[in-house]
Amino acid sequence: MWDYTPIVKDHFLNPRNVGDIPDADAVGEVGSLACGDALKLYLKLDENKEKIVDAKFQTFGCASAIASSSALTEMVKGKTLDEALAISNQEIADFLGGLPEEKMHCSVMGQEALEAAVAKYRGHEVPAHSHDHGPAYPDQEGTIVCKCFGITDIFLKKVIETNHLTTAEQVTHFTKAGGGCGGCIPKIKELIDEVIGTRAEEPRKRPEKLSNMKKMQLIQEVLERDIRPLLWADGGDLELIDIDGSRVQVAFRKACAGCASSGNTARMVELKLRDLVAEDIVVEEVPA
Amino acid sequence: MKEIYLDNNATTKVDEAVFEEMRPYFCELYGNPSSMHFFGGQVQGKVVEARNRVAALLGASPDEIIFTACGTESDNAAIRSALEVFPDRRHVITSRVEHPAVLTQCRNLTQKGYRVTEIGVDGAGRLDMDELRGAVDDDTAIVSLMWANNETGVIFPVEEAAAIAKSKGALFHTDAVQAVGKIPINMADSRIDMLSVSGHKLHAPKGIGVLYLRRGTPYRPLLVGGHQERNRRAGTENAGAIIALGKACELAGQHMELENTQVKAMRDRLQKELMAAIPYARVNGDGADRLPNTTSIAFEFVEGESILMHLSERGICASSGSACTSGSLEPSHVLRAMGVPFTCAHGSIRFSLSRFNTEAEIDLVIRELPPIIHLLRQMSPFGREHLKAQQ
Ligand code: FES
Repeated sequence: MWDYTPIVKDHFLNPRNVGDIPDADAVGEVGSLACGDALKLYLKLDENKEKIVDAKFQTFGCASAIASSSALTEMVKGKTLDEALAISNQEIADFLGGLPEEKMHCSVMGQEALEAAVAKYRGHEVPAHSHDHGPAYPDQEGTIVCKCFGITDIFLKKVIETNHLTTAEQVTHFTKAGGGCGGCIPKIKELIDEVIGTRAEEPRKRPEKLSNMKKMQLIQEVLERDIRPLLWADGGDLELIDIDGSRVQVAFRKACAGCASSGNTARMVELKLRDLVAEDIVVEEVPA
Repeated sequence: MKEIYLDNNATTKVDEAVFEEMRPYFCELYGNPSSMHFFGGQVQGKVVEARNRVAALLGASPDEIIFTACGTESDNAAIRSALEVFPDRRHVITSRVEHPAVLTQCRNLTQKGYRVTEIGVDGAGRLDMDELRGAVDDDTAIVSLMWANNETGVIFPVEEAAAIAKSKGALFHTDAVQAVGKIPINMADSRIDMLSVSGHKLHAPKGIGVLYLRRGTPYRPLLVGGHQERNRRAGTENAGAIIALGKACELAGQHMELENTQVKAMRDRLQKELMAAIPYARVNGDGADRLPNTTSIAFEFVEGESILMHLSERGICASSGSACTSGSLEPSHVLRAMGVPFTCAHGSIRFSLSRFNTEAEIDLVIRELPPIIHLLRQMSPFGREHLKAQQ
């Protein structure tokens, strides 16, 4: 049985915004019956065509797919299209209190549907929704890497990049690519190497002096970009509880919580933050 | 919440009588059955009795019973042994719908240079006997085919298959973990060489299995380093679990008729009522010979995990042939081998009953499931035209 958070369960059992909007301004569709999950997202804009005033969804899929769709519709309401587009799949997962890593593709599907809807509204080419193909990607040609789920290299690279994925297994959890016949796994590994290669080319240096505001931002960024993915790889996670000057309070989750070596993990986080943000950072672990 | 347990092909409740039978053999009568003192001897006597009881259920002789740790061990031991006793035969036959305990092992063999044939099934899950006949040759070491399928309950004609295997001198093994206790089995009157049993599928505890080995069948043990089980399976006997399995087999024999009357009637009613109440559904394996306790129903336009989660909220435990529950992303290999259309392969639910289920529980499922399917279909972007036309 999946270890779903109470928020996931709530959004699954009592999904918000189910249905359609007949005069929707933007509609985005991804997935198919064959893939095992699909989402159709409807967006309604205000008179000035600026803000999203209503959002509805229809979803075929597992509990986390339904919950992710419900969360997404709640998150986009009141936002401009650009603000909505800035929502990452990780934020959808965070809204739900986290998703099992194997289910992260549900949050990615939400984000994809949103992109498809906005692209279509803005008049970009969107491949027609097809019943035997995988997700359709607006403005992204690319070549299909995973035949089983119809997933392109461009999309895979994007997901690898934004979620800092490091293994083929993670890529499967986030995109489903590789979860069928497995024939595309070598190619997925190549893509990971490619993305990591470009990442390594731009080494980041610790900035000289930081305002408190900047420091907080940077701490958050480093936690998201450099630290959490490392923990995910071992089935763990952390949550930022508070930042007070140079004191950073974190709580460990999943495999890291209650792990005998979480002291070491806290130390690792500290070293990383000292390295990339400021010398004087102290990391404190607070109970999850 | 009191559970309504309809997932007996996954595992079963240990019968209280079985538990009582094994209880003394942990803290009081804990001797090693192989020891040369009275204390071990008391246990030895019960192990002998258990072996007799298991043999009786299978229509076998007690010396043909080898206790193992689980059905998976029995499957592995059988196939590996056959390859060792026939080092010159480099071909193995199984089916596309086997349990992973057999299928994974066979697929791994291809990397060791073996030729592996996976026999297909038709839309109702029936084995392609012509394909089997064509596949067996002088190079075939073993044919391993399940007696009954865990997902659909479809029963294979294993006797006929065994005869085909034997005609070319190959050994025949059957994974019978789903069949034992549910349908009559009589090894005295059979050509099957090896057969796997799993205790926890018939109300004994987990961690005990049996490999039936026909007298005179050449055999090489998987575990060595002890004289137990007549040198065919080393390792101190799991006495408590063996004694429990003996009792469970005795009870299974006594309840065999009930399984095929009362339990079957409940299964039939469940299936019939659900099919009547829910449009766009199909029974996987309909028309084939099936176990009396199993029904697998595919619901179009909805996904299995979300059905199971809703059922679970109401205390109902079933399982699904869908991808999401297992963490894999494709529908089960069994349903795919049967060619179940993608429109419903993801929405298959398996109900597997036991003698502990009641009519009231079946009533509840018949009441609760149709609205769940309706709700999820309302939410699904698919099948809207069909469902509208239906109303
Ligand atoms: S091609 Fe990617 S899983 Fe089959």
